Amino acid sequence: MPNMSLKKVAMPLQDGEVRRNNFDEVALGYTKEMAMEEAERCLNCKHSPCISGCPVAVNIPAFINEVKQGNFEAAYKIIRETSSLPAVCGRVCPQESQCEKHCVRGVKGEAVGIGRLERFVADWARENLNEYNQCTVSNHHKVAVIGGGPAGLTCAGDLAKKGYEVTVYEALHVAGGVLVYGIPEFRLPKSIVNYEIEGLKQVGVKIETNMVIGKILTIDELFEAGYEAIFIGSGAGLPNFMNIPGENLKGVYSANEFLTRVNLMKAYQPDSETPIQHARRCVVVGGGNVAMDAARCAKRLGVENVTIVYRRSMEELPARREEVEHAQEEGIEFQLLCNPVRVQSDEYGNVSGVECIRMELGDADSSGRRRPVEIKDSNFIIEADCMIMAIGTSPNPLLRSTTEHLEANKRGCLIVDEDSMTTRENVYAGGDAVTGAATVILAMGAGKKAAEAIDNKIKGNA
Amino acid sequence: MFKILEKKALNPTVVKMVIEAPLIAKKAKAGQFIILRSDDHSERIPLTIADIDQSRGSITIIFQIVGAATYKLNMLEAGDELHDFVGPLGRASEIEGLKKVCVIGGGVGCAIAYPVAKALHEQGSEVIAVAGFRNRDLVILEDEFNAVSQFYLVSDDGSTGQQGLVTDVLRKLLDQGEQFDEVIAIGPLVMMKFVCQLTKEYNVKTVVSMNPIMIDGTGMCGGCRLTVGNEVKFACVDGPDFDGALVDFDEAIARSKMYQQQERHMYDEACNLLNKGVSQDA
Repeated sequence: MPNMSLKKVAMPLQDGEVRRNNFDEVALGYTKEMAMEEAERCLNCKHSPCISGCPVAVNIPAFINEVKQGNFEAAYKIIRETSSLPAVCGRVCPQESQCEKHCVRGVKGEAVGIGRLERFVADWARENLNEYNQCTVSNHHKVAVIGGGPAGLTCAGDLAKKGYEVTVYEALHVAGGVLVYGIPEFRLPKSIVNYEIEGLKQVGVKIETNMVIGKILTIDELFEAGYEAIFIGSGAGLPNFMNIPGENLKGVYSANEFLTRVNLMKAYQPDSETPIQHARRCVVVGGGNVAMDAARCAKRLGVENVTIVYRRSMEELPARREEVEHAQEEGIEFQLLCNPVRVQSDEYGNVSGVECIRMELGDADSSGRRRPVEIKDSNFIIEADCMIMAIGTSPNPLLRSTTEHLEANKRGCLIVDEDSMTTRENVYAGGDAVTGAATVILAMGAGKKAAEAIDNKIKGNA
Repeated sequence: MFKILEKKALNPTVVKMVIEAPLIAKKAKAGQFIILRSDDHSERIPLTIADIDQSRGSITIIFQIVGAATYKLNMLEAGDELHDFVGPLGRASEIEGLKKVCVIGGGVGCAIAYPVAKALHEQGSEVIAVAGFRNRDLVILEDEFNAVSQFYLVSDDGSTGQQGLVTDVLRKLLDQGEQFDEVIAIGPLVMMKFVCQLTKEYNVKTVVSMNPIMIDGTGMCGGCRLTVGNEVKFACVDGPDFDGALVDFDEAIARSKMYQQQERHMYDEACNLLNKGVSQDA
């Protein structure tokens, strides 16, 4: 008899008052018993609509069925057939708008906690399996991957499993992309990312760090070096600013800079050699997951008042609901329907306040969202000594500027055909470099699709 | 890992290191920079490339010991390895077609001014170089500059060369009617600011090499942003060279002091820690 509870088995969390002072993981994960109880809520429907919502098409009912019976190893193998980084996806995917959105149980009550179960299985496998012994036989075809983020790592993993000799070229000193520099430790422990990357190395993926492709080597030189295909997964790492007065004052950060200092360079640790401002009052501009991450990091660095400024209302806030709730529990304040117009300076060129204007929602724009309109003479000042701009990112033009015939649209996103191939023969692309800033799992889906296209092309040529 | 092939102290606080990095050496051009980390806990620091030896596959860096990261870097010796060394980053200096150029270097900035002067000399440009130091003990690259330029040495206290500032020499040259296609100034922000103020009076185009705070050096964070001609530019990808007449120096000077207190603290910590280690060994 299935578990007919309308609610998911609750996820144990670190208490809000405690966790706002540390960078340890907030969500603590299911126990075996909790996982098996939640798995019982799955009806194992024949048409499995959940699978259609997963960008990498994990066989969800099949793995949950194994969890029900306590066969965690079998469950893990099913997930691994299609997903390269399950411990990551189970944590950071917006399941409510993907797999869980389509779950039949969600029609009346809450969807099955698919993400939580995937996370449980991956964590169990990490602690209990020694899976570092998968050997593949080389097919002697070489593929280069530019960018060690979720798209590139997935593409590399899939190709390596098929026998390709894959090298990932990463510009920073560690691979992982947004998983290491963007998403904070308290949502995604870096030890888990390292473990998953180690797993990729075990299936034969080579990772070369400190390699800025376009500067140290060009795409043409990679082909000359014997690579038959190249996948570009360079992401969307160029921060947007608002172009308002005072934006270059001391204390104004892009979210990318702030998060890179905190996450990649570990500036939150007292003995870190990379400095970060220890502010008292911080304004974070934007309403996406990046804004939530930046605000919650600021709180953990000891900022007394963290205020999120967003130009639309709570309803339009693009961040995951769960992250917004966590932020609220940790004491983050929200100033909705307002927008910064100017940053105030003290006599030394430091931020002293953020002048905002109130907004109201007007008619829907072309994207279907109601457009925020300024309310005249409604300006007010939020006192602050730090401001973090989390209003989105664009694809970095560095690679494109040094590669001929690599076409992009007017937003800087690489143009690809239905086989993920760019305007250059045998150069493929996927993830944020193609779509603009999106999610980890969409990038992984794109990496997976490109790996298949590359495999078909190379096999077709052979 | 990147092996240190040579290490040499150029003066009490400025050190030259030759690093094995064949791929970077193959691509690097004067004006570009690298980012390095000494070990796996280190901060990422940018340093402009001081020399490139393709046949040896090496890159030379010259750094001043000013803080914790450079202090730690200086603890390494020839034969040791750097954990990370990434480049070449930024745009190369644009020197093609210049017939007569005045290259100005201030302090450790001479380490960057010298390869530019050398590149100009090698392409057949007439080079006048002016290098300024606080005193005689801090002079670097004097012979090297002499070999590639008509060279003027100045010091704040007159202990070597002429007494005065680089701008004193430049003003004299301009007053004598010297016609430069371009002035290239590399050194402390304050020095570059005053060079630009001077050349504006004489209407001479001036290029400066900016040195803001950086982390990634690939354009993903904007920590190195500057205002140039009322536009925001990222020094790591749009620069580091810019038209000095358009740079907002006061903003750049303010931004360079963002972490001053923390840096001081880290430096003291590093010195205490490492000195303690030394005395215990002894």
